[in-house]
Amino acid sequence: MQVPETLRYSEEHEWVLITDGVATIGITDHAQEELGDIVFVELPALGAVLTKTATLGVVESVKAVSDVYAPIGGTVTTVNERLTSNPEIINEDPYGEGWMVKVSVTDTIEVDGLMTAAQYREFVAQEKA
Amino acid sequence: MSESHGGTWQRTPLYEEHRALGAKLVEFGGWEMPVSYRGIMEEHRAVRTAAGLFDVSHMGEIEVLGPHAGATCQRLTCNDVRKLANGHVQYTLLCREDGGVVDDVTLYRVNEQRYFFCVNASNIAKDLAWIQENAGAATIVDRSAVTALIALQGPAAVRILERLTPLTMSALKSFRFARAEVAGLPAFISRTGYTGEDGFEIYVDAPHAVAVWAALMAAGADDGLEPIGLGARDTLRLEAALPLYGHELDDQTSPLAAGLTRFVKLDGEDFLGRSYLLHEQEQGAPRRLVGLKMRGSGIARQGYPVVFEGATVGIVTSGTHSPTLGEAVALAYVSAPLATLGTLLAIQVRGRAVPAEVIPTPFYRRARPAPAAVPVPEALPTSGADDELTEEVTTDPVAPIELTVPVDEADTDPETDDVPPAAPEGES
Repeated sequence: MQVPETLRYSEEHEWVLITDGVATIGITDHAQEELGDIVFVELPALGAVLTKTATLGVVESVKAVSDVYAPIGGTVTTVNERLTSNPEIINEDPYGEGWMVKVSVTDTIEVDGLMTAAQYREFVAQEKA
Repeated sequence: MSESHGGTWQRTPLYEEHRALGAKLVEFGGWEMPVSYRGIMEEHRAVRTAAGLFDVSHMGEIEVLGPHAGATCQRLTCNDVRKLANGHVQYTLLCREDGGVVDDVTLYRVNEQRYFFCVNASNIAKDLAWIQENAGAATIVDRSAVTALIALQGPAAVRILERLTPLTMSALKSFRFARAEVAGLPAFISRTGYTGEDGFEIYVDAPHAVAVWAALMAAGADDGLEPIGLGARDTLRLEAALPLYGHELDDQTSPLAAGLTRFVKLDGEDFLGRSYLLHEQEQGAPRRLVGLKMRGSGIARQGYPVVFEGATVGIVTSGTHSPTLGEAVALAYVSAPLATLGTLLAIQVRGRAVPAEVIPTPFYRRARPAPAAVPVPEALPTSGADDELTEEVTTDPVAPIELTVPVDEADTDPETDDVPPAAPEGES
């Protein structure tokens, strides 16, 4: 399981990278491993205003449907359209090409409520126990 | 995503094999079972193009014994037990008096005093109680706990299994079974499955399961044999439009509504539920099971409503992204007038109405080897290939070769006759 040090993590297994007030959001390597082959991705509309923990989209594997929640509040500025036709990119590169949305962040202080890489590793280990 | 549990789930004799293979394990029907090893898509493809090995030892095996065994099996099941000869397998259903399905099962006739049912894992206790309650003068023995079941499925199944058994596997017809050694261990080999591919279900005594599994894995290594979890088992059976109890079938659903008419012999002997089913046949089932292909973006899942002109007209029983077709398909019950092929319905996917068209089932049908260019004997059964379970029905362009070990005569060792698998495909 990869957990890049530069990102922050939610308990719902999303990751966040904030650059100049814009948050890039995706699901973690652990999440994609658990889901298995991803075959469908539903993304929010551009301009959608998401509050923290609102449903941001849906990722479906062959077997299961999984909601993706906004780990941080904001307005959707970009969605990764490539995922619509190639959802498997999330499996292949969850922290890179598999990003899902970019959000103009309402309040960057919300980031402080998210886990660091070390905390997320610990969190996953506890979930598995 | 990962769940913890109190260790109360049952495990098959192959549990440690699954762990060693790195399987992702989940709870299914009270059992801790592999859902996938290398990934559902890859496993699915392996079965369609090469071969897959499945541990389905969680399924139950219930024997019906004694001089009245045949009569009891007939009373319990919708299909015609008289058509079962020794060494034959039949897909059939246990029905309640009100037509609801207790379980869908395969019934094996070892000889006239020995039959066995292969039943769904989650229904073992219910089925056993039902069968005992209606056993009449027959003796019922539950061999579920002492029997392991391994399915070998896919186009390479015949050649893999032939390396481990003295029998000529290509001579074992669909929906027939034989007693034979596999890797030197006693087994029942049944030419049945739940994937839409050719293949076998192999019953062995539980203590032999690991050795037989390991021998099969080794024998198939060069043919691309992969271990397959329940995830791909589900996508495979759904592409083949084979019903799954708890989805397409339950206590409230009649086999006629489920489109299993071919397995309900209302003009034959009496059986539990026959009166009701005769009535339903006259009236016409109010809802029908149909195959749907999504015409918009989204995947139908069990429980999603089916809508037509704004009204809810049905419910999805199974749905997935079909790995073979590369698109989303589903099975759903819809009100009978809307069950016509080509009807454009919609499925409510998280509040969106996604168009879906009624299409023929099965969604996937395997390519058959072209029949030999010699005239085919006329006497071959042409069986009514009229619905989705027709798949495996007897077609056999090659002259039948008798098995060297007829099951009916080999039946001297009760310890090794076990039981059954669960999967339907043809055999009327």
